[in-house]
Amino acid sequence: MSAVEVRGVTRRFGDVVALDDVSLEVGHGELVGLLGPNGAGKSTLLSLVSGQRRPDAGVVRLHGRDPRDARARTVLGLTPQETGLPATLRVREVVDFVGGHYPDPVPTAELLEQFGLTDLGKRQTGSLSGGQKRRLAVAMSLVGRPGVVLLDEPTTGLDVSGRTALWDAIREYHAGGGTVLLTSHYLEEVQALAERVVVIDHGAVLADDSLGTILSRVGARRVQLTDAAGVRQEHLVADSDAFVRDLVTSGTEFRDLEIRGASLEEAFGQLVGHEATEGTLR
Amino acid sequence: MSATTSSNPREDPQRSEDASWGGATSGTQPFWALAWLHLKYQFLETVRIPIAVLGNVLFPSLSMFFFVVPQTAVAGNPLFATTAVAALGLFAVCSASLFTYGLGVAEDRQLPFYPFLRSLPAGPGPQMVARVLNGGIFSLFGLVPLIIIGWLFTAATVTPGQLLAGIGTILAVSVPFVLLGMAVGYSLSAKAALPVVQIILFPLAFAGGLFLPPQLFPDWLDAISQATPTRAGRDLLVQAVTGVEAYPLALPVLAGWTLLFVVLAVLSYRNDEGRRFR
Repeated sequence: MSAVEVRGVTRRFGDVVALDDVSLEVGHGELVGLLGPNGAGKSTLLSLVSGQRRPDAGVVRLHGRDPRDARARTVLGLTPQETGLPATLRVREVVDFVGGHYPDPVPTAELLEQFGLTDLGKRQTGSLSGGQKRRLAVAMSLVGRPGVVLLDEPTTGLDVSGRTALWDAIREYHAGGGTVLLTSHYLEEVQALAERVVVIDHGAVLADDSLGTILSRVGARRVQLTDAAGVRQEHLVADSDAFVRDLVTSGTEFRDLEIRGASLEEAFGQLVGHEATEGTLR
Repeated sequence: MSATTSSNPREDPQRSEDASWGGATSGTQPFWALAWLHLKYQFLETVRIPIAVLGNVLFPSLSMFFFVVPQTAVAGNPLFATTAVAALGLFAVCSASLFTYGLGVAEDRQLPFYPFLRSLPAGPGPQMVARVLNGGIFSLFGLVPLIIIGWLFTAATVTPGQLLAGIGTILAVSVPFVLLGMAVGYSLSAKAALPVVQIILFPLAFAGGLFLPPQLFPDWLDAISQATPTRAGRDLLVQAVTGVEAYPLALPVLAGWTLLFVVLAVLSYRNDEGRRFR
């Protein structure tokens, strides 16, 4: 039985087909990155897995059970949207509240300690900074010791150190056997965390493979060099080895040779068929 | 994190393979534990916004000063005055229930935290029970000044036993209105919920004799009145605080509406798919 199973799922909103016959299976202990531009169907997919919505057709299973059933969701943890914390409640109250839904929650003090929130326990969530809210959101997803965690944009708006700390927490959870389904605007984040990448756009799965395979799909290598005239040249070539061999044999003068494989961003841009802007997608 | 792995897998043999990582649990937390959790959460959320609490407390008291105290014919007569306090108290509770739940739930559903709440491992039951109880608590807050004004400025009088019976009755009577409010809140947007609540509340309050005593109604209106939940609730409440007997069908009428509103509230919760996709 898979941790998450989505079989032939279609979901429409009026005339818009948000998901079109999508199938996805996530095994126990996998860390899967879900990529796609806004409106691709990522959020809809997550809302189906978390039981918030019902598919129009197809089957969604969480540890073999229908997530629309509250009992099935005892194995599920997820992050609220950053703007969605109840502003008047204190940090500790929110964690207690979420933890109270699970049979064996992480003690609140321990969890706050782990996420560096101990000093903020008595603060109302409305007074937290963006980074503190993000940490609280991820802490809320893990308080119930869930088997499956859905992380929707877990580190959006965080600085580098904040992001690294949260990545460590996610890795630690995953190392303990937890299953993670992660969406992110930061391709860098998916590249750093995910073992498997699923790309969706226009409600369909475009690619579903290991990170390495997805990257190698973009066969092209980027070769850069400076020619005799001092002009920087860039070549996109299918076989960089052959290119360099020819270059050397031809006796052409060059310096500062650089060869680089495609990044996930380039792979993604090619798959989705439009340019991804610097570091983020829109 | 080892606690989950070492906890006993439940008997279900099909579940044993994923006994680690939370797969061992097959049910949610007990119903009342969850209801208590949601009650605490909702109470804190309500009480931290003082103006909401204050509005709930002020509204019935002000109505009392404007509509009952100045009319000496009513205020000076113990039976009339007590009945008036009861009717106004019920109106306050009905309006608080319909507005808090109709509008409150509709607004909650538009908050980004709401989808998260709905994906926690708890069914609609505990949350609804908590809402009903929370509504009861804040209705009581609103009744306190009303009772004090009735006691100090009018001839209204009750025995301690009647007062307790009255409070118990008004809380019980508020249940169908809380449920009706939830049915509205779960099926409509906040913008639509506001006029709908008003359209429901004022005719119901008038026909139920909360503004004018039903003794003044013509027969045809009295017949309609007796079929409304407001009239049934009013008469039961008046019976509790003055001893004037309610009409025989009051209890069945109220029970019937309550049942209908339970079904409506549960159905609209089930049909609610969260915020619409944009």
